[in-house]
Amino acid sequence: MDLGRFYREQGGRVLATVIRLVGDFELAEEAVQEAFAAALEQWPRSGAPDNPRAWLVSVARHKAIDQLRRGARFDARRTDLEAMAALEETEAPAKTAMIEDDRLRLIFTCCHPALAIEAQIALTLRTLCGLSTEEIARAFLVPVATMAQRLVRAKYKIRVAGIPYRVPPRELLAERLEAVLRTVYLVFNEGYAASSGGELVRRELCAEAIRLGRLLAELLPRPDVRALLALMLLHDARREARLGPDGELATLEEQDRRRWNHGQIAEGLALVDDALREEGAGFYSLQAAIAALHARAGRHEDTDWRQIAALYEVLCRRYPSPVMELNRAAALAMAEGPARGLGLLESLEAQGALDGYHLLPAARADLLRRLGRWDEAGVAYRRALALVRSEPERRFLERRLAKVSRGA
Amino acid sequence: MQYLLLIYQSEAEFAKLSDAERAAIYQGYGPFTQSIGQSGHMRSGAGLQPVTTATTVRVRGGKTLTTDGPFAETKEQLSGFYLIEAKDVDEAIGIAVRIPSARLGSVEVRPTIAAPSS
Repeated sequence: MDLGRFYREQGGRVLATVIRLVGDFELAEEAVQEAFAAALEQWPRSGAPDNPRAWLVSVARHKAIDQLRRGARFDARRTDLEAMAALEETEAPAKTAMIEDDRLRLIFTCCHPALAIEAQIALTLRTLCGLSTEEIARAFLVPVATMAQRLVRAKYKIRVAGIPYRVPPRELLAERLEAVLRTVYLVFNEGYAASSGGELVRRELCAEAIRLGRLLAELLPRPDVRALLALMLLHDARREARLGPDGELATLEEQDRRRWNHGQIAEGLALVDDALREEGAGFYSLQAAIAALHARAGRHEDTDWRQIAALYEVLCRRYPSPVMELNRAAALAMAEGPARGLGLLESLEAQGALDGYHLLPAARADLLRRLGRWDEAGVAYRRALALVRSEPERRFLERRLAKVSRGA
Repeated sequence: MQYLLLIYQSEAEFAKLSDAERAAIYQGYGPFTQSIGQSGHMRSGAGLQPVTTATTVRVRGGKTLTTDGPFAETKEQLSGFYLIEAKDVDEAIGIAVRIPSARLGSVEVRPTIAAPSS
């Protein structure tokens, strides 16, 4: 069996259960690492056990007891003895059995609001998705040492500040789920529209976010969770087409829609319909509905911009945000003409909330270009270029600038 | 009258001290605490875990806003305290948000260093 793949796919489940049994993140992580090392050594010789997960949990449990017994932890505490005693009582198979809740416990703990958002993301990717520290560091373009420190601090805080390892009680669930969904969505967005660096999309991050979304939808079948999964599936379905044949960024208008993943779109559309039916105008439902309208258009010209603009209006009213306003302006421009969109963008600019955000001047430049106002478009493209951080987007803006400078 | 004695220290500077210098400071606390206990001045006291374990809560518009990190608003000043027993940080936060001033200001929730077991 492919142990590496098993680790990526099942390691999170094993870890989640062992954390519950052992009551300590760091101890559990070490024990699980050792258990996998033992598997790597033994399974090729004796064959993989019938229930590999149970084997790993059992071995990890023993390794943890050994650690505690050796007093090998340099800050050995009285509680370690209690933990050891408690652990020894967990022999009964019923307690070591995989409880589906264990992964939920893990994700809620990783996304606890007492942890900084970057820490939530790092810990989720590390423990639930089995990404290595190096992989996460690379994905977020920070030095490995920084990411390692971030993870160490997060686990330290979980232990010392007393962050409980559990699915939050009903009265806290909605609030805490919001944090979980936001973290998953942040991971997805970072993968889908990489904010800086050479690649437009970091597909591993999109894949991990979608995996988490599926896990959440399975364990917590609620409309907001399904809506987030739908949103991610629908965006991700366009991934292959986002780079044109020349390897450069292709706008929605330019994308070859045959390269969209239509199976994934079908899955996303079904989820959106469910979510909208149950929840109506939720934060992710509305965005998923917009993505669905794009997905349903066979050609760019078939896009129902009017509906999209209407949905953005609801979004902006219920969940006001300058970025949503920007998106609404772009949709309105498509539905009612560039001049309409420009007015909105100009008032956004005046408000100053999007200073430093390259997509605002980029959007203005695009509308000015459509209106044939070449010089003004050029100025706006230059503004956007001063702010853009991702290389593919930079090259796109430069191409557009070149076009309007030629008067096209 | 009662007074609150708030101890401020640079964690960074403290970390730079030698083991011996640090030990000397820690060792001073025992006799000091004992003596003010004996003199009848002591009501309660504890060391606090480092600032990286702090969580700050605010209540705005009925919604709890929880952030990682210590209180850090320059426009707000220390105005009160509670020392509580709670089974985990969620329970502590649950209590913190019920403090009336949480609706206007902030409440930092920081774990104390448990007294060493004898």
